[in-house]
Amino acid sequence: MSELSGFYALWYREVKVFLRERSRIISSLVTPLIWLVAFGGGLGSIVGGGGSQAFYGVSYQAFIFPGVLMLTVLFTSIFFGLYIVWDKKVDFFKEVLVAPLSRLTLFSGKMMGGCTDSLLQAAILLILGVFFGISYTITSLPITIFFVLCMAAGTVSLGLAIGSQMTSFEGFGLVQSFVVLPLYFLSGALFPLTNLPGWLMTVTRLNPLTYIVDGMRGALLGIYQFSPWLDAGIALGFMAVFIAIGTFAFMKMSS
Amino acid sequence: MCNLPIKGVFLLIIKTEGITKKFKDLVAVDHIDLSIDEGEIFGLLGPNGAGKTTLLSMLATLLPLTEGAAQVNGFDVRQKPSSVRKSIGMVFQAPSSDEILTGWENLYLHALMFGVPKDLRRQRIDEVLQLVDLKDRANERVKTYSGGMRRRLELARGLLHKPKILFLDEPTLGLDPQTREHIWEYIERLSKEEKVTILITTHYMEEADSLCDRVAVIDHGKIIALDSPANLKMNLGKSMIKARVENPNLDLIKALPYVNKVESKDGEVTIHLSEAGNHIQEVLCNLGNASYVELREPTLNDVFLQLTGKEIRSASAETIEEQYAKGYNA
Repeated sequence: MSELSGFYALWYREVKVFLRERSRIISSLVTPLIWLVAFGGGLGSIVGGGGSQAFYGVSYQAFIFPGVLMLTVLFTSIFFGLYIVWDKKVDFFKEVLVAPLSRLTLFSGKMMGGCTDSLLQAAILLILGVFFGISYTITSLPITIFFVLCMAAGTVSLGLAIGSQMTSFEGFGLVQSFVVLPLYFLSGALFPLTNLPGWLMTVTRLNPLTYIVDGMRGALLGIYQFSPWLDAGIALGFMAVFIAIGTFAFMKMSS
Repeated sequence: MCNLPIKGVFLLIIKTEGITKKFKDLVAVDHIDLSIDEGEIFGLLGPNGAGKTTLLSMLATLLPLTEGAAQVNGFDVRQKPSSVRKSIGMVFQAPSSDEILTGWENLYLHALMFGVPKDLRRQRIDEVLQLVDLKDRANERVKTYSGGMRRRLELARGLLHKPKILFLDEPTLGLDPQTREHIWEYIERLSKEEKVTILITTHYMEEADSLCDRVAVIDHGKIIALDSPANLKMNLGKSMIKARVENPNLDLIKALPYVNKVESKDGEVTIHLSEAGNHIQEVLCNLGNASYVELREPTLNDVFLQLTGKEIRSASAETIEEQYAKGYNA
């Protein structure tokens, strides 16, 4: 009972803080909009005018929309997780660590809080999607949200796992350079996976986010490179593996 | 559940036996035996890096023990950490309230995390807010609070789940003297109205002196003296004279019946008297030509000086050990 209300407390705190810091919500929407408007509009005018076969008959902006959605969730989630370093610095987290709660509860409360934040961000972006040529159906929306959730749970857990072992912000740049950006650019978020040079083909196929983007693009635009079942399976696996790693990291974290 | 007889003694709420913490080669807490009675305000006084926070963290189950045993509210800290945590309230050295949330929200979260029953939450939050006079500011964000108000909020939070013991780690660190005295009043009020045992660490002598029923003086991880502040000072005598004298007649002074102890250092003589100031005339006559004389009652700082040969304040600001101790949250 106390674990359950503790879980609720941790979730409640994250959502309150998120909703109260409106500037953070707005600024985190600017990045995806720049990608869609500037990058998508600019590059799209050369590579894929209306109905270009390279992008399966959709505009380049629409083509990269699922990728940009993935980017938003990736950034929000990972940095939410890493933010635990700050919690530890300002001692707020000490108050949480001294509470009679299990580490599993701490982890799941934090993780669900992060997922809620990411989901709210994604929801705003999905609404804006209609301006970039995305239309929704009764099935496409739930499937997209399924992928967003798997993605968010997995990457929040990844961020929490890294953050729980870090002692300062110095590692943030490293995470950005060696985790976030490669995962994003090597995922097929911005280009079709056909006609890639061999090495890039291999790398993208090893990146689990490739399948998550594919699943979202399939649901929203009907463009699948892989089987939807494979996409869903890898998304679930990605989530499960990182939740397990994150839980383990929390157990190991010194109080 | 509470007050289990520990070795036949009732009302012993904290007991440690040979409790020790080592960080690599450094012994931060060195075989400390401590017995604290229910209802006491007990002080751990010592310079930064003496091992106070490390000791407190072990009792709060935040740090594992290297050696020894400790019982808090009858629960062993190694075997029943969860029961220990439910028995204690903790106020940390650094501010630990959430700035983005309001005071009320901070308390509400704490109530949820510490399992305060649903039907009691609001009432209990009201009670503790009343206790620290923060009711009218409860719905403002903590960001807008002054340092003293934040401390008060954290005191209230520590009491929310009706703990048997409240741990206060340097509760007035970084506050101005006026606010500090104000916080002392609140701590005394909590102790009376909530009937809670208070264990407090401090390196302010005035704080230990005015608040604590008993004080353990700690240096280099060991207790070097333990008694009430009055008795600790009494051991040095009722009053002391400091005088600057060239070629003082120390032997003459030492022979006087009411002189406890005489020290001479760098031309300054310190004389501890077993009685109050009525012999000052005689002492000065025998001493020689004094260019400066001060008569006062001994303070805990004098006690510390006597025991360790150094002043509490002059101890290094932050030693390696204290950084290690902080490392547990980093």
